[in-house]
Amino acid sequence: MTITAEAANSSSLAANIRAAAVRRFALTDSVFQTLTRLSAALVLVLLGGVAISLVAGAWPALSHFGWAFLVTESWNPVTEKFGALAPIYGTLVTSLIAIVIAVPIGIGIAVFLTELCPRSLRRPIGIAVELLAGIPSIIYGIWGLFVFAPFLQVHLQPFIIKLFHGVPGLSSLFSGPPYGIGLMTSGLILAIMVLPFITSITKDVFDTVPPVLKESAYGIGCTTWEVTRRVVIPYTRVGIMGGVMLGLGRALGETMAVTFVIGNAHRISASLFAPGTTISASIANEFTEADGELYTSSLVALGLILFVITFLILAASRFMLMRIERRAGS
Amino acid sequence: MAAASSRHNRRKARNTLMMGLSIAAAAIGLAWLALILGALVWKGAAGLSIAVFTEMTPPPGDAGGLLNAIAGSVVMTVIAIAVGTPVGILAGTYMAEYGRFSKLTIVVRFINDILLSAPSIVIGLFIYEIMVRPMGHFSALAGAFALAILVMPVVVRTTEDMLNLVPNALREAGAAIGAPRWIVIRSVAYRAALSGIVTGVLLAIARISGETAPLLFTALNNQFWSSNVNAPMASLPVTIFQFALSPYDEWQQLAWTGALIITFAVLMLSIVARALTARREDR
Repeated sequence: MTITAEAANSSSLAANIRAAAVRRFALTDSVFQTLTRLSAALVLVLLGGVAISLVAGAWPALSHFGWAFLVTESWNPVTEKFGALAPIYGTLVTSLIAIVIAVPIGIGIAVFLTELCPRSLRRPIGIAVELLAGIPSIIYGIWGLFVFAPFLQVHLQPFIIKLFHGVPGLSSLFSGPPYGIGLMTSGLILAIMVLPFITSITKDVFDTVPPVLKESAYGIGCTTWEVTRRVVIPYTRVGIMGGVMLGLGRALGETMAVTFVIGNAHRISASLFAPGTTISASIANEFTEADGELYTSSLVALGLILFVITFLILAASRFMLMRIERRAGS
Repeated sequence: MAAASSRHNRRKARNTLMMGLSIAAAAIGLAWLALILGALVWKGAAGLSIAVFTEMTPPPGDAGGLLNAIAGSVVMTVIAIAVGTPVGILAGTYMAEYGRFSKLTIVVRFINDILLSAPSIVIGLFIYEIMVRPMGHFSALAGAFALAILVMPVVVRTTEDMLNLVPNALREAGAAIGAPRWIVIRSVAYRAALSGIVTGVLLAIARISGETAPLLFTALNNQFWSSNVNAPMASLPVTIFQFALSPYDEWQQLAWTGALIITFAVLMLSIVARALTARREDR
């Protein structure tokens, strides 16, 4: 009698403890879940905050100059007449140079690492590339200014200017005195900078190709190039696009590497050897020295334009990737 | 037969050409990077001495060190990691665990990718608008928050990726013995993904320790020692920027030395991160 009562007692005690534990667990779980959801939402809030604050900061300049701000080349702090055309041009041109150079080389290195390189060298070189992707941009800037630009000025630029002299089109693209610094130099530095990024991502996605796919292609007699061209690259298209997208994003918004070697000249020249400016370099060079609300606001407006450009490019590439993914899925 | 053989030769030649180009690409890439590192060590090591780590940044034309800049960088990095990492890990957790298939996750992933590649100078402008302008002065705290915003997307991305790699069978095993979800996440998923998450944090540190652009008009710079986070503070990257563009030889030398120190620190961090991952993989 007592024994069964005790048993019933202890079992109801255990049930109570269990119920309490379940309640406690349910509470902590929902607290934790809410916390994680808020953190995720914070990412959205941040982006919204960036957009709103930039629009607010740029408003004085935008309302003062209107749409003309986008197509005006002049940048004169004395007369307070500001236009964004030269920095936009510089940003696009330098990034384009960088991508055109870095993408083929990056894919080439990835092919080398995944298909050709002796196994013993593969890991060291792969690690080296990944480590180099982490080197801060200011290092590239200081190297560009003190080592690369003087080299270009003395050796490469005079040679190229002479080479293309008299060739229609190219002669104006590569003309003028060899300053060393300028759009071309910035583009080259950016190319070197984004190269490890593109390489390491391309290599990573190449590694995800199932060996059996490659082996079956080799098995029917394909050459290494054919395997790369017909199997590896189609399989990893999305990843490669991701790498290129990342590289372009870095190049567009890159500040320090460019600021050192661009020359900070607010004008548009036909020659790629002429000094120019990019959006980020203008902001970095002038923001702390800008006096007057209109000047500061114009620089913030430049930042807003950069933000919009990168946003559009990244969004477009994501949508492109999604379309490719869907096509690959169907 | 002849046609087949010529086609074979053509394919072989094409293969040799393309593979040759890819070897050339690797050689070019590694040569450039070796050139940069070589110049950095060559120029930076010349100015390396104890004074660099024990003396303050000098006035123009004087000898000195980088102590206040190094200390400032460390302070701001620590604050940035302390702020950015927990939020990033939690957000990544939501995306991989609670809301793996929710709409919010898709949107957040999209936005996070954009923040990940967002130009850091724009983040600097954002912090300028919301902190520096209302407070009326530049401050180390503003700089640290700018860096924290750069830390977050890196951590969100790696956390989500690493948690997604954890096999669902592990979670199911945890759930099967009656563990509530957050304990499964904490004791199973986090543990399985730990080395990946730590690597993400280390990479985030490596990324912000060289960031210059977002500090230019948030933390500004400081010629002197300062431990006040509510006042402008020197940082290694901004000091390098200022000194490298100056006409003074001593300052330029310090810039090179500072650049060498940053690069060394960043490389060390990355190597430690890799070693961490490698050891866990071996086990």
